[in-house]
Amino acid sequence: MKPSHVVALGGAGAVGFALLLMLLTHGAGFPLLAPSGSVGISERDLMVRTVYLMLIVVIPVIILAIFIAWHYREGNTKAAYTPNWEHSKMEEFIWWSIPFEIVLVLSAVTWSGTHELDPMKALVSTQPPLTVQVVALPWKWLFIYPEQGVASVNELALPVNRPVEFRITADAPMNSFWIPALGGQMYAMTGMTTMLHLMAPTAGNFTGRSANYSGAEFAQMSFTARAMDQSDFDAWVAQAKQAEALSSGTYSSLRVPSDAGPVRYYGSVDMTFADILDLYMPMRMDMTMPMGSSMMHHP
Amino acid sequence: MFGILTSAAFIHGPIETGGQLVVVLGGVSVLLLLTFTKRWKWLFREWLMSLDAKKIGIMYLVLAGLMLVRGGIDALMMRGQQAIAVGAGSGYLSPDHFAQVFSAHGVIMIFFVAMTFMFGLINCILPLQIGARDVAFPLMNSISFWLTATGAILLNLSLVVGEFAATGWLAYPPLSELAYSPGVGVDYYIWALQIAGIGTLLAAVNFIVTIVKERAPGMTLMRMPIFVWTVLASMLLVLFAFPILTGTLAMLSLDRAIGMHFFTTTLGGNAMMYVNLIWAWGHPEVYILILPAFGIFSELVPVFSQKRLFGYTSMVVATMVITILSFGVWVHHFFTMGAGANVNAFFGIATMAIAIPTGVKVFNWLFTMFRGRIRYTTPMLWFMGFLFTFILGGMTGVLMSVPPVDFQLHNSLFLVAHFHNMVIGGVLFGYFAGLAYWFPKIFGFGLHEALGKLAFWLWIVGFAVAFIPLYILGLMGMTRRLDFVDAASGYHPLLVVALVGACIIALAVSVQFFHFLVSLRERKHRKDSSGDYWGGRTLEWSTSSPAPLYNFAHIPHVHGRDAFWRMKEKGESGREGPYEDIMLPKNSAIGLFIAGFAFLFGFGMVWHMWWMLPVSLLGIFVTILVRSFATETEYVVPAAVVARTEAHHHPV
Amino acid sequence: MTRHASHDYVPFGLWVYIMSDCVLFASLFAAYAVLHTETAGGPAAAALFDPHFVLIETLVLLTSSFTCGLAVLAAERKNVRGVWAALVATLLLGGAFLAMELTEFGNLIAAGNSPQASAFLSAFFTLVGTHGLHIFIGGLWMLALLMHVAIRGITKGTSRGILYFSLFWHFLDIVWICIFSLVYLFGSLSL
Repeated sequence: MKPSHVVALGGAGAVGFALLLMLLTHGAGFPLLAPSGSVGISERDLMVRTVYLMLIVVIPVIILAIFIAWHYREGNTKAAYTPNWEHSKMEEFIWWSIPFEIVLVLSAVTWSGTHELDPMKALVSTQPPLTVQVVALPWKWLFIYPEQGVASVNELALPVNRPVEFRITADAPMNSFWIPALGGQMYAMTGMTTMLHLMAPTAGNFTGRSANYSGAEFAQMSFTARAMDQSDFDAWVAQAKQAEALSSGTYSSLRVPSDAGPVRYYGSVDMTFADILDLYMPMRMDMTMPMGSSMMHHP
Repeated sequence: MFGILTSAAFIHGPIETGGQLVVVLGGVSVLLLLTFTKRWKWLFREWLMSLDAKKIGIMYLVLAGLMLVRGGIDALMMRGQQAIAVGAGSGYLSPDHFAQVFSAHGVIMIFFVAMTFMFGLINCILPLQIGARDVAFPLMNSISFWLTATGAILLNLSLVVGEFAATGWLAYPPLSELAYSPGVGVDYYIWALQIAGIGTLLAAVNFIVTIVKERAPGMTLMRMPIFVWTVLASMLLVLFAFPILTGTLAMLSLDRAIGMHFFTTTLGGNAMMYVNLIWAWGHPEVYILILPAFGIFSELVPVFSQKRLFGYTSMVVATMVITILSFGVWVHHFFTMGAGANVNAFFGIATMAIAIPTGVKVFNWLFTMFRGRIRYTTPMLWFMGFLFTFILGGMTGVLMSVPPVDFQLHNSLFLVAHFHNMVIGGVLFGYFAGLAYWFPKIFGFGLHEALGKLAFWLWIVGFAVAFIPLYILGLMGMTRRLDFVDAASGYHPLLVVALVGACIIALAVSVQFFHFLVSLRERKHRKDSSGDYWGGRTLEWSTSSPAPLYNFAHIPHVHGRDAFWRMKEKGESGREGPYEDIMLPKNSAIGLFIAGFAFLFGFGMVWHMWWMLPVSLLGIFVTILVRSFATETEYVVPAAVVARTEAHHHPV
Repeated sequence: MTRHASHDYVPFGLWVYIMSDCVLFASLFAAYAVLHTETAGGPAAAALFDPHFVLIETLVLLTSSFTCGLAVLAAERKNVRGVWAALVATLLLGGAFLAMELTEFGNLIAAGNSPQASAFLSAFFTLVGTHGLHIFIGGLWMLALLMHVAIRGITKGTSRGILYFSLFWHFLDIVWICIFSLVYLFGSLSL
């Protein structure tokens, strides 16, 4: 096959493949590219900005590579040929400085972006944040609303336009709490709390799931995040209030590894987030030695 | 006597039984074949006991090829499951079996394909490139290989007896702790890696000493071929990274075997420490693999551009900068673990900094081609394939080094696509290029070019069809390691496309094996009688193909970079007589014995057969003790034999 | 006869290996540093360790390093009896060190402070135990050297072997000094 045929074939194949992919993803959601949450939008913007910055170098390099690869092929005897040319201070200085400069710019973007989008940082809003405590269980999600005194499994209700402060732990192997349409993820680990701030500016249902493999039925660990108006949220809380209590007994059965199961609500919370953290308090069961000054540790 | 091993360990579901049968029947048929063809003695004498780095290298390559098939079948099984499983409980694999498959796939591809392939090429070529007769410690080299093989055997034995880890390839606790993984799968994982890891560490010691001490006279550090530099850098990384893996897995095994609390959820164990430690090994590991691939490209681009390498000094500096930086970026594997913004930003920027020396390398390769006369042979095609896929992989890598962007992309299929982009497009294409380039040197005959190029194009197409959908799925929010997807997610069509891509890659691998066979059949007229198949520049091309036992009749004297190129310009061959006697190491079964005992140790640890531990350790001690008394460990190749060999390879 | 003799490279190879062993110990030290406050309600380092006992242990090991050096000197002078005396002394001192370490371990376990009791104790037993394991391997190495000396006398090979061994043994000494300072001294100061 002639090189020109290869190029033509490759080009046609690539275009056809791209068309096929467009056809197959038609109508599908791209929560990372078109997110709904304010944090997700900022993260998407940062992603796009980074890509553009890189393309400033990458596109010329690709063009250069194609040109060199084509022009200096063995068959092209008209091209210049300098078999012993091996060094040029100026060129090498340029090679080092081009990526250096672009990385310098990217570093500045990274530094400010990382601080601006620190998951621990509260979001700017006129409304006070709503606290939701998230517990990753095998293989389901428990959401506790300490202010409202209710809890739910596999369904997360959020008032629109109000920042939400998630406090995340696990009573299971490590998971990662992720609602792609709202913003980035955060690990859920036993005995400790991680924090994540998100906000949904518009009403809608978003899929959330665990992003970190946590055992056999991990694939079932998804939930629906429902962003709703304040009045709908109040109604949701009121409806949840009707349900049974999250006692230590109900919690014990929840933490048994099982399928995700249905959405569940709890009208009051006896088994609190702190109680769940305390399950992993590092205390010896068998105390043969007197207690020292060891109470300093609390995760 | 048998620890926790019971007959239940042999009984599996129908699909696992299939795997079991393949392993058992495959093993039995090889044994039968050897017996009927009466090849046992030959196999042991010529190969298994060999201390010749070139033969050990070929054994590494064979092992890597076998493991590529195993890991590839795992990949097809995963792609198959994801392509058909819509809704919970669908598909043909149980969730647990699916998890074992993806865990095994990762472990096998990294440790027993990539690492093994790398050591194969290093063994075959590195001593030749520095003008040495063999490596610094030939026996230790054999031990290294056999420990690697033992790890591979132990891992594959888990198909037959028991199960493999269902935890992912890095076995994060607490999932990998006894509380959540009570079976023996994680123990197989630990001991396969511990034993192979020790082999790797010994090999690193060996090659560092070889490079530092065994270079031909005149080959100063700044005259070494770039491949030698990159191997030196890679081995230094092994030296400083693999002990962390050994320590970390030892701690995990102490948790599991005797109930310690390094990473448990109770009594103060800290799983985050494991994540830090394993990546303190794991990130350098990426560079352990990729640096030699960069070295291979730096060898073949000048040869096929028929021009000197541009910017040698920059290449060396870039390699060393990457080596050092690679130890300062491990946190980028877990930006989402709750570290503060300062920590995340620091590690993100450190990660980007690696793009600088890497970019320099790309420019230097391009300017080696600039004003050259580029011959598009198969190795050069692999380089071009690498160049374009690697630019994509590099971009997605820099993208994920921005922590807030990573919050969204982490653990998604975008990440999976990215690292396959680097490991296939970077590492594997590099090694394929190296294999195609050095094949005539290693085996003495050239490869069928058209079939080699066909395999290359299939690989490129398969790679694009398999992994571009994964990038897109990541942007759609699909996480990794799902054994099924929901119909409403819209993921399913792309997963089918990815399966098609995986099948094209499988076809590409089949074509590769076929092209080795075709070339082997036609080896007579593909014979490399000159020893300089491509018009090479470095010393490995100055000796015959395949290189004689003693590598060089005379140790070459080096007067500059591209040593063989200079010899050719001056019209020297370096092969003329008179010859002298050459001493070489005798073959030895010590490596086999030590690996056998190491296997018993690992198997004993997996199945809690405690009595096997002291027995196997004593066995290793006695083996070493006996060897320490051996005196006649070398033999002499008389000058007359050297003369006859040289005359045979290079009739005047 | 143009091939090198492999032994020319052993000292350098040994140094390279020792570097990797340093990294192994470094990862165990790191684990100890992370976990040393995780006593799970049990006593902390200050209450557990007897600095005087450990000081004696340390002196025993340092002395063994000295006798090991004597063995190297004796081997250089081809002094067979000197080599025997110094190596056996080193072996006995190493054995005494191990016995003391095991006694300490035994006492801890008997008092309920086993390696399973807390993350701190897991890290402690593993760090100190790994050093002890190295000492044990050193002991086996010495036995092998004594066998060589007994069978072959002082040859170039055996005296080289003693020199290589001394590198390893001194390295273990240095690791122990780190353990002594970071685990026992800082521990008894409750740092």
